[in-house]
Amino acid sequence: MSRPVSYNLIQKPLEKDISVAPLPDGHQGEGFFATSLDSVIGMARKNSIWPLPFATSCCGIEFMATMGSHYDLARFGSERVGFSPRQCDLLMVMGTIAKKMGPVVRQVYLQMAEPRWVIAVGACASSGGIFDTYSVLQGIDQVVPVDVYVPGCPPRPEAIIDGVLRIQDLVGKESLRRRNGEEYKALLNSYGIQ
Amino acid sequence: MALTTLNIQQRIQEKFGESVSAVVDSYGLLEITAPRELNLKVLNFLYDDAALQFQFLTDLTGVHYPSQKGSELAVVYHLHSLKENVRIRFKIFAPIEQPEVYTATGLFSAANWMERETYDFFGILFVGHPNLKRILNVDEMDYFPLRKEFPLEDQTRIDKDDEMFGRGGTIK
Repeated sequence: MSRPVSYNLIQKPLEKDISVAPLPDGHQGEGFFATSLDSVIGMARKNSIWPLPFATSCCGIEFMATMGSHYDLARFGSERVGFSPRQCDLLMVMGTIAKKMGPVVRQVYLQMAEPRWVIAVGACASSGGIFDTYSVLQGIDQVVPVDVYVPGCPPRPEAIIDGVLRIQDLVGKESLRRRNGEEYKALLNSYGIQ
Repeated sequence: MALTTLNIQQRIQEKFGESVSAVVDSYGLLEITAPRELNLKVLNFLYDDAALQFQFLTDLTGVHYPSQKGSELAVVYHLHSLKENVRIRFKIFAPIEQPEVYTATGLFSAANWMERETYDFFGILFVGHPNLKRILNVDEMDYFPLRKEFPLEDQTRIDKDDEMFGRGGTIK
């Protein structure tokens, strides 16, 4: 028996033809708008994140659905998936990373330019998942620093979108000095990255 | 005339006598067992003999039997006679202290990677192999993970509480 399909049950009137990112806090008057450089750059960066998918297994399939027209990550300014680490801002590691793949993930991370962010999608990338075995890396945070973990085995596209939105929050609020700070250098040093 | 199990057994008995045994073991497959020094002689005979012609190496792997003292490690060859469409299994055993067997790479090119894999996981040293190094695991690995004394789980992990995973711990 075929499943009844219904969509667009709730008709939403189109409010605006073009959606615009909300203004950051600041002072506004006739012909001028004053705010901090941090928040302008944060707003620009967070709405134009270029993801680099590093997909090794089933979480990668969920990511493909996320990029597809149904879930459409492009709505959040991330439609430009890059396959060169040098052009990308967000490394999305999706799937089981074997110990032999660990150095590859690390090299891809090293090839990305600052500022860069990492999201670990799914149980395997976050913790090794069900593969508690001699050959599998027990979480990619053993080789690269991770900003956001998305749980699930595999996570649904909604969860991946939520993870990207958490990254957007981080990107939007990040201080411009963070990447030059001692704390950040200490973090990279703990991974042996200069 | 089709090649039967009886024919193969007879041919091997004629050639090697009592030192090589050939019995139908499990899954109806003829299993030949030989001392490990004879492995190349037996393989060569099976390859060259006009009636047998086992010229295709389907698989080569290892097994660890911790309870068989003095012959803990086995090397298993699966051979296929393409002409007769007959398959056999050939096994040799080696002690774990000195796991050295002769390489079959001279006879079968396919044995190259399979022997590397067997070395990788069981630590069997194939004497004469042109490039005996790890093939699947990381080069830094300092043990042979499919030997039974090594637990399957990653031992470097500190964030998992064994009690929660039904192994070890104090809760029985």
